[in-house]
Amino acid sequence: MKILVPIKRVVDPYVKVRVKADETDVELANLKMAINPFCEIAVEEAVRLKEKGHAEEIIVVSIGPKAAQEQLRTAMALGADRGILVEHDEALEPLSIAKVLKAVIDKEQPSLVLFGKQSIDGDNNQTAQMTAALAGMGQATFASCVELEGDQVKVAREIDGGIQTLSIKLPAVVSADLRLNEPRYASLPNIMKAKRKPLETVTVADFELQLKPHQKVIKVAAPAERSGGIMVGSVEELVDKLKNEAKVV
Amino acid sequence: MAILIIAEVDKQGLGPECAKVVGAASALGQELHLLVAGQGVGSAAEQGAKLAGVTKVLVADSDCYEHQLAEPLADLVVEIADEYSHILAAASAKGKDLLPRVAALLDVAQHSDVIAIVSADTFVRPIYAGNALATVQSLDDKKLLTIRTSAFDAVADQAPAEIHVLGNTQANDLSRFIGEELVVSERPELGAARVVISGGRGLGSGENFALIEKLADKLGAAIGASRAAVDAGFVANDLQVGQTGKIVAPELYIAVGISGAIQHLAGMKESKVIVAINKDPDAPIFQIADYGLEADLFEAIPKLTELL
Repeated sequence: MKILVPIKRVVDPYVKVRVKADETDVELANLKMAINPFCEIAVEEAVRLKEKGHAEEIIVVSIGPKAAQEQLRTAMALGADRGILVEHDEALEPLSIAKVLKAVIDKEQPSLVLFGKQSIDGDNNQTAQMTAALAGMGQATFASCVELEGDQVKVAREIDGGIQTLSIKLPAVVSADLRLNEPRYASLPNIMKAKRKPLETVTVADFELQLKPHQKVIKVAAPAERSGGIMVGSVEELVDKLKNEAKVV
Repeated sequence: MAILIIAEVDKQGLGPECAKVVGAASALGQELHLLVAGQGVGSAAEQGAKLAGVTKVLVADSDCYEHQLAEPLADLVVEIADEYSHILAAASAKGKDLLPRVAALLDVAQHSDVIAIVSADTFVRPIYAGNALATVQSLDDKKLLTIRTSAFDAVADQAPAEIHVLGNTQANDLSRFIGEELVVSERPELGAARVVISGGRGLGSGENFALIEKLADKLGAAIGASRAAVDAGFVANDLQVGQTGKIVAPELYIAVGISGAIQHLAGMKESKVIVAINKDPDAPIFQIADYGLEADLFEAIPKLTELL
């Protein structure tokens, strides 16, 4: 079977972003970029399924600027077989991304589409669910364990009170939670090999989709700063402050 | 047009977050309908009917909704969506699973984790792990929002509203429930607790979480954890507080042995009073803590427990 893994180029998770002075967006110029950590987990899971003999081919796809090639190459160095870059310079909303991915799914016909559960920039947590809806597939979000069983995929999901297990009919959409796996590091030989793997570039226009904006960003502001606190010298002082100053205990 | 709120139900009845979603919806000043879908949800429907502002409760009671799986529930919501201008759910695991699916089927955007409602079409939501707040205006005729419940107050009770039973069933064979393993706890639910005590990597082991538990018992607090503590296997992952775990805003948050990574702060920095206990004076958690104590937690926590 074929596994499709959509990945996103995002600002590195360890970078603290700042809001632009004109409050139109966050400042992204010259920041270190990386594969969204949840997408990396999805790639790792696909590679493990292939290593177990469940999958023949892993295709990674990214919708974004030309520079997103770097993230596709990284995913190929981790074990994906080929990449598709749907070049698009402006940021797209989750629904538009889902529509593009639906078009890629129609063309590639994967049995499993493995997403990260959310991107750490937009924090939307929507694209997998939307893609599943558009493709008419079942969905298993926030996966912490994925097992293929015949024409079904059995997924343990992280829910609010614990873990829930579902069985979804293939083709299916699964979104990865943090604890699904520990992504491997790409070795130098694999990084070199990834350079020769096929990377197809198309544009959103190639799909003849009707994409329209559904929302307008009015402003992007910095959150209110917390007023600076104090250091206390002892446990006794802490208890005193909590009882008499903050009055929370 | 009215507003539809999708209620969360479990075996105990109505989920505790529902009253806060109703609280958020009240700001929109329209008629509020509550959809209670599940199996054996009679008492949840009665609880929902008593939430102030709710004018009608729609009940869909069928085995196809038993576990509130996204596929049948999304089809049900789409079927009744015509008469609603807004559809709201809590930004919980269930709400996040369901509402984007509904949005795609209706061909509209969905706004995640809304923390403020500016007007009927304009909402505020955090992005980049809470390091920026985006104000967005919806251009769609239907607005679908998941609500960050820690940012809104629960509504009070009222005289029960009308309960209307829907005959709809939306069985499908896309997904099947296999089982569930829920963590049983005597402590208050993490999202709703007045006091939260979280432990991090500094605890060193799962056994040492007993220190946190004793303090939590004394304060009637819920227990949380950093991602490091969860990944190290100290506690179950549903206790994780952060961008990828639960978002909490209790009156008092005590961070013990937690450095304060961006990811963790995203889940707790709206707490009213933050206390940090850490032996590293440079830990970033001290920059947002109202009260910081530089100390060895293995001495400070037992002493704190004794003094409180």
